[in-house]
Amino acid sequence: MSILIRGGRLLDPASGVDRIADILVDDGKIAAIGAGLTGDRVVDATGKVVAPGFIDIHVHLRVPGQEYKEDIRTGTAAAVRGGFTGVVCMPNTKPVIDNVPTVSYVVNLAAKEGLCRVWPTGAITKGSKGEELAEMGEMLEAGIVAVTDDGRPVDDAERMRQAMIYARQFDLLVMDHCEDKSLSAGGAMHFGKVSAELGIKGIAAASEEVHVARDILLSLETGARVHIQHISSRRSVELVRWGKAMGARVSAEATPHHFTLTDQIVADMNYATSTKMNPPLREETDRQAIVAAMVDGTIDIIATDHAPHHIDEKDVEYQQALFGITGLETAVGLTLDRLVRPGILSLEQMILMMSTRPARLVNLTPPALTVGAQADITVIDLERTWTVTAEEMASKSKNSPFIGWSLTGAPYATIVGGALRMLEMKVVAQ
Amino acid sequence: MTEPKALLMDSAQMNRALSRIAHEIIERNKGTENVALVGIRRRGVPLAQRLAARLQEFEGKKVPVGILDITLYRDDLTELSSVPVIHKSEVTFKLPGTIVILVDDVLYTGRTVRAALDALLDIGRPSVIQLAVLVDRGHRELPIRADYVGKNVPTSKREVVEVHMTEVDGEDYVALFDLPDEAH
Amino acid sequence: MAGLKRKDILGLKELSVAEIDLILNTADTLKDIATRPIKKVPTLRGKSLVTLFYENSTRTAKSFELAGKYLSADVINVSVSSSSVQKGETLKDTARNLEAMGVDAVVMRHAMGGAPQILAQHLHASVINAGDGMHEHPSQGLLDMLTIRQKKGGLSGLKVAIVGDSYHSRVARSNIYGLTKYGAEVWLAGPATMLPQGYEEYGVKVTTRVEEALEGADVVNVLRLQLERQGRGLFPSVAEYHKFWGVNERRLRLAKPDALLMHPGPMNRGVELSTSIADGNQSVILEQVTNGVAVRMALLYLLLGGGESA
Repeated sequence: MSILIRGGRLLDPASGVDRIADILVDDGKIAAIGAGLTGDRVVDATGKVVAPGFIDIHVHLRVPGQEYKEDIRTGTAAAVRGGFTGVVCMPNTKPVIDNVPTVSYVVNLAAKEGLCRVWPTGAITKGSKGEELAEMGEMLEAGIVAVTDDGRPVDDAERMRQAMIYARQFDLLVMDHCEDKSLSAGGAMHFGKVSAELGIKGIAAASEEVHVARDILLSLETGARVHIQHISSRRSVELVRWGKAMGARVSAEATPHHFTLTDQIVADMNYATSTKMNPPLREETDRQAIVAAMVDGTIDIIATDHAPHHIDEKDVEYQQALFGITGLETAVGLTLDRLVRPGILSLEQMILMMSTRPARLVNLTPPALTVGAQADITVIDLERTWTVTAEEMASKSKNSPFIGWSLTGAPYATIVGGALRMLEMKVVAQ
Repeated sequence: MTEPKALLMDSAQMNRALSRIAHEIIERNKGTENVALVGIRRRGVPLAQRLAARLQEFEGKKVPVGILDITLYRDDLTELSSVPVIHKSEVTFKLPGTIVILVDDVLYTGRTVRAALDALLDIGRPSVIQLAVLVDRGHRELPIRADYVGKNVPTSKREVVEVHMTEVDGEDYVALFDLPDEAH
Repeated sequence: MAGLKRKDILGLKELSVAEIDLILNTADTLKDIATRPIKKVPTLRGKSLVTLFYENSTRTAKSFELAGKYLSADVINVSVSSSSVQKGETLKDTARNLEAMGVDAVVMRHAMGGAPQILAQHLHASVINAGDGMHEHPSQGLLDMLTIRQKKGGLSGLKVAIVGDSYHSRVARSNIYGLTKYGAEVWLAGPATMLPQGYEEYGVKVTTRVEEALEGADVVNVLRLQLERQGRGLFPSVAEYHKFWGVNERRLRLAKPDALLMHPGPMNRGVELSTSIADGNQSVILEQVTNGVAVRMALLYLLLGGGESA
């Protein structure tokens, strides 16, 4: 069945496309772009922006082994609801994705049950223990698109250096969760004035910065590509800026919660554990530095670090609660409401940061609005005002601090491989 | 060493001596059955080859020729200031049951022949070993004697006997020289 | 003709082509001794040789030992576990003690590069380096070159691929220094974590793609994978190593049909090379061992055969 996306503003900066036109999607591909086209099903995109499909390269799908938190079906449902046509999932599962059979399991299950595309990452080290290298070459052939020990840092610098040299042979991006555990041990939120007042042990910004610096230096030393995940501090941002100026092959991502919130929210929401994640929300100066870095390109992409947990894992004392909040279903809304509409970030930049660049970092062909391209398309509505509710969330996990927020700007439709997966923030029944 | 003191043998004399030795070999061993020649490097080799050619001419049968390098068996290595270059020995015929005639150009102290006996015996066990030399100049330091001699030349220790052969030096002659004074 | 004008053999880097030629030619000549019924010549009778091994090795130690014995030298073997070395004796004191006992030559293997140099400075006796850390293993380099020369008639212009952990390999280094002196084209191939820096200035090509190195090669020299490096994060698993860098039949076919397959031993069959090619008709691994004894005899002869020189 063909789909006609009618009358939207086509915007794909990487392909030089910016015009009002119809897109006809047929047989999994963009069949035609023009005026007055016809198709079997019509998606009215008048007044909306039609973009190449968004890809989130930092998502925890919790498969295998932790399906009580999220599974492929619910995770990808959350993704398409949030406007994503593809997600890259993290390997800190049970067991850790560090070998071919586990990679294949995820790939095959996603092919069967995924509502959007799913690309797994493989661990850097076996079991993510930071000791022996994982079989990156074999896993690459089985379908990983990057390596990471996310959830954990690689503690030993020499191990990280060897891992980067090894990954570089296969042109695999090394994504790093930057945290010096000796500096962060025992902390539950940002180390600052708020944590002092709330009586919660703090995680110093330096715990992230030390590893950001280390990784940039190792990247300069080895020539390997390294990606700083979920950047949270202004000094980390400065380090990335310096690293890029030095010619390091470093990239960085920011999450919507880090460019929207600060540690103040822990107090405002009265110790709500939906404000607890790692790295934590930091100060306003940090948040502003992140936003500025997104605008000047120091931060390359937006990624959610969507981290679903079971309610029993969050509904406990702040210090006991697991780190992590969901993010797939609020990312587009927050970006439009907080950055694009106020004119801080342009639409073009948003699309580059949510589609083209994430794809390129993990060696995927970026979705494109060109005839013959695979039909992975995200339609967004800049005008729609909506309220974030737990009931409407497709994810199994409702641990989001944005519940109850009113946002202007929302994903409107998600088309994956030519199939309409979401319309008006509702997952389309298959 | 420039001018020879005396010419001991010219080409014709050398060849005549070799022919006579060949006949003696045949007479002594009642033919050339099981006879093989082994030339001691360096000039013993062309001598052995010339002897083999004459034996074949006289008896009508080919006689095997081997090559022996005795460098590794010398007893005077520790007195040398530098280590001599070694070359391969080549004895491809079997030694048990064979009458081996060692061939060398000059027999002097006998130490070269002693080394040759050791080298040969480490390769195998001939039934008989005989010795043929072109020139015997006396002054033996070991109880060694030749079975076949081209020419006996009494010499003093201050003299040197040099054998030149066409195959190695471009011409045939045997000459006597005085040792230069500094050589001691 | 002069022998080697040096007291010690510590590496191939400092040897000239003329010196290497002399060693290889001498080795070629001495080779027959080890294969004939009476494996003895009296040449080094009365000379004493000590093999001093701070690192375990059976084959190299035994090869030197046999070389010495074939030349009629007296040979004593000292390994770390059974000597005063373990009691904490310094290298310098060990050297002095050996000197005092009248030893003529010491063959030394040590885990640290440069150790034989120290020994050589403190000894009048000759020192032969049997492998010092990641630095050099000259007798291995020489026996490799002898093997290639025997089979290929020469070394110049040949493409020699050295596959494996060349970063940690003294065998690779000695081969590089020796082969480049003769104008061979040397390639290093292996995982990126196991390739050395800086050899490009010798004209050596370095690649992580083993296929690139094997393409059209005349010689394939496969290095042993030290399995304990897996625990140190240099490669993930034997399976992945074999898959991406193991020399198997398919990969060997990229080399010339008459290419030589070499390995310094001992082999991890199925890891750095597959078992079928280790035993196949391109393998000259056993010839290497025979040549090893010959090369070591040549070194001992050339260093000890004459009188007191230098």
